[in-house]
Amino acid sequence: MKIGAPVESAADEARVALTPDSARQLAKLGHSCIIQKGAGKAAGFSDDTYKEAGVEIAATAAALFKAADVIIKVQRPNDAELKRLSADKTLISFFWPGQNEKALKAVASTGASAIAMDMVPRISRAQKMDALSSMANIAGYRAVIEASNNFGRFFTGQITAAGKVPPAKVLVIGAGVAGLAAIGTAQSLGAIVRAFDVRPEVAEQIESMGAEFLMLEFDEDGSGDGGYAKPASPEFIEKEMALFREQAPEIDIVITTALIPGRPAPKLWPAEMVKLMKPGSVIIDLAAEQGGNCDLTVAHKIIETDNGVKIVGYTDFPSRMSAQSSTLYATNIRHMLDDLTPEKDGVLNVNMDDDVIRGATIAHQGDVTFPPPPPKIQAIGKQASAPTAPEPTAQEKAAAALAAERASGRRQVGLLVAGGLFMALLGGYAPAAFMQHLIVFALSCFVGFQVIWNVSHALHTPLMAITNAISGIIIIGALLQIDSPTGIVGILAAVSVLIATINIVGGFMVTRRMLAMFQKS
Amino acid sequence: MSVNFVTAIYIASSVLFILALGGLSNQEKAKRAVWYGIIGMALAIAGTILGPNVTISTWLLPMLGIGAIIGAIVAMRVEMTGMPQLVAALHSFVGLAAVFIGLNSDMDPPAGLMGAELIIHEVEIFVGVFIGAITFTGSVIAYGKLSGILNGKPLTLPGRHALNLIMVLACIGLGAMYVNHAGPWTLWAMTAIAFIFGAHLVLAIGGADMPVVVSMLNSYSGWAAAATGFLLGNDLLIVTGALVGASGAILSYIMCRAMNRNFLSVILGGWGTSTGPQMEVEGEMIATDVASVASDISEASSVIIVPGYGMAVAQAQSAVSELTRRLRDRGKSVRFAIHPVAGRLPGHMNVLLAEAKVPYDIVLEMDEINEDFNDTDIVIILGANDIVNPAAQEDPNSPIAGMPVLEVWKARQVIISKRGQGRGYSGIENPLFFKDNSRMLYGDAKSSLDQILAEIGS
Repeated sequence: MKIGAPVESAADEARVALTPDSARQLAKLGHSCIIQKGAGKAAGFSDDTYKEAGVEIAATAAALFKAADVIIKVQRPNDAELKRLSADKTLISFFWPGQNEKALKAVASTGASAIAMDMVPRISRAQKMDALSSMANIAGYRAVIEASNNFGRFFTGQITAAGKVPPAKVLVIGAGVAGLAAIGTAQSLGAIVRAFDVRPEVAEQIESMGAEFLMLEFDEDGSGDGGYAKPASPEFIEKEMALFREQAPEIDIVITTALIPGRPAPKLWPAEMVKLMKPGSVIIDLAAEQGGNCDLTVAHKIIETDNGVKIVGYTDFPSRMSAQSSTLYATNIRHMLDDLTPEKDGVLNVNMDDDVIRGATIAHQGDVTFPPPPPKIQAIGKQASAPTAPEPTAQEKAAAALAAERASGRRQVGLLVAGGLFMALLGGYAPAAFMQHLIVFALSCFVGFQVIWNVSHALHTPLMAITNAISGIIIIGALLQIDSPTGIVGILAAVSVLIATINIVGGFMVTRRMLAMFQKS
Repeated sequence: MSVNFVTAIYIASSVLFILALGGLSNQEKAKRAVWYGIIGMALAIAGTILGPNVTISTWLLPMLGIGAIIGAIVAMRVEMTGMPQLVAALHSFVGLAAVFIGLNSDMDPPAGLMGAELIIHEVEIFVGVFIGAITFTGSVIAYGKLSGILNGKPLTLPGRHALNLIMVLACIGLGAMYVNHAGPWTLWAMTAIAFIFGAHLVLAIGGADMPVVVSMLNSYSGWAAAATGFLLGNDLLIVTGALVGASGAILSYIMCRAMNRNFLSVILGGWGTSTGPQMEVEGEMIATDVASVASDISEASSVIIVPGYGMAVAQAQSAVSELTRRLRDRGKSVRFAIHPVAGRLPGHMNVLLAEAKVPYDIVLEMDEINEDFNDTDIVIILGANDIVNPAAQEDPNSPIAGMPVLEVWKARQVIISKRGQGRGYSGIENPLFFKDNSRMLYGDAKSSLDQILAEIGS
């Protein structure tokens, strides 16, 4: 199959769906690649580098659409591009089918198969082709860079000869992929990072990135299907606002990343919150395209409020880092094609029984196949709500420990009493010599247990070898019998002497050999 | 030499043996401690031979000489990967000697035993031969399994528990008859049954349970020596046997605790029953290649290597050691995490790494290092499986639920070197392989490591 990437038609789109690297990988799957002249230029990939990777160059978009069997793109195709599709072609790009029903119908009517990269289900198997996550990761990083660009101070705290610089305080709202990337970036720049999310199970992830999780004391779980959040109840929102109101005067930078699939972005940072902030503070609204998490956000623009707070409403963060985002996106596309070419023979197989492919395919053989059946598996391994026993209180724990202590004490006393009785019985019957040996035996066992517990784990193999050697002490028994007048007894004793000697000499020598190997660095 | 003088020598030997074992608490003291053991043994043997009860016969010196030569050759030749077999073989010798001495004592009884003394003596013979016989055949089978002569898989006969019980009851019955002077045949019959019993006991255990078997046989060989001490009325044998018995028992206990299993369920064979369906493992194993592993390792600043039995099988120790040396030369922190049941012998991994010249102070136990995985860039797993299986903590229905495991999945990246996609000894699916931060490096551990070394450069 021939895979072609046209120049992106959308204004200001700097990304490209094919890189020289991904073209090389695609060749291994049996595909050939073609790219429209200059398509990689904005992302820093010249036509020559594509040629080196064995990619054909098409002079115009029309030529490319004609030559290619699979069209790979970043943005949803425009009407002109849709017209160029036909039943024998496959389209792979972002599509947002939920918001673009007309385009969806149009693409289905051409008969082409359409795979929407934004519809890849969020399950672990599909992570390698989850373009939304790779783009969100870049957006999160870029959001912090953009914030620092518009923020007049350091992120990191410093004490210099010219005075003390306090660290910037960053609040990240929404700890999805973008949020976590923003947390990590801000953290590594030295800021104090706090983060909030309605899904309590992400607290651990937030803390693992080094941020402080702002806990909301409220008994509601905001996680919906497929790892996304679901809308919150009014009571919950009220609590949330109270928490933000507390934070707003302190925070220098707010990065909001809250999105709910298929809905306008929730308003989490109303105008009153902006008023509470200090002049010079920066708000980065990553949800600007979906209406913004902040009331005052203007999409595609930076605005400054009356009290000197800058609100960044860019919607093209990934495109602003086109080299990086193209590389990752092209890799996501390559993985998608990998799954679509299971035989690695250059033949595309849109297998509608495969959960991932089924989920991402929005049009197939003339039919609209959107929406897909709901995802079956939760993205974040939430504990199946097993009836966990309530955490025992300190008193209960102490009581349990005491009970265990008593039980073990009772057991020990019981054993001692039983042992004592047994010994008394034995003593009443057995000869004195036997009892003396028994004393030696019992004490030796205790000494043995005490001594062996202190042996280092690393020396357990030498311990076994040396116990092998000293258990050869059984030779003494054989020595006492070897000069017996009964022939067979002498022979057996002699054999015993032989094998016990092997034990003694072999055991000690191998122990020494082993111990000599242990060297300190 | 008088009897009292010999006894004094025996006391000195006992003390030296205790010091020898106690000295194994650390690597440096241990080297001296072995000498205590050797001196103790030399004193004991010399004292016995020169003592009043032994006349130096024609048999004695040649046997000592031949035994010493064989022992020395074996000790010098043995490969460290072959230590489990050697240890098992040496156990079998103690068992066999105990059987012979017991039988001899029956055929050539000390004179003048009456009443209770006689009965006690006969019970001692009987018990000594029983333990010795089990130790002997059990160790022979263990040797066969460990050296690959026998199939390592557990033999599970139908009704094997009933069979064991019948054999034990038969031995007790024969014992009662023997004490009532039914004739020496009862002792011989019991010896035969105990031989079968010991073999069957070990045949039913396999694979990763072998460390427990070996340490259990270690313990048995000690008890066999102690029983022989009782029947000969020799305190040195009793003391030494008890020390060895205690040592093996503690090792078995440590192994069982490290697998969160009951000692009885291990030595009787078979896993505990699982109580429900196991958790579905979801995701896919992501393969990686030598080049990307090499670059990941070059970029990491902290590395932990987790060796398992697979490392010994692939003979990859020296390649591991070389990798460790090169990475440490570049200022990276490299450490080893050893699970108590890694390998086929307690402490086996430590000896293999020591042989390959990995310094022992970077080889750490599970409890010492488990906290540190969080801050580790890369964990390399070489031929280990169950000991790094997160199902032990995450899935209450897993057969290994509750077993302490190395928490390798907390590291930033986990590289698993593995021959193929198969499962571990226990046949349990390992969810670790499906985690997002896990990468599978398929192929023989040694050749993979050699390629990584070539990739990294010196």
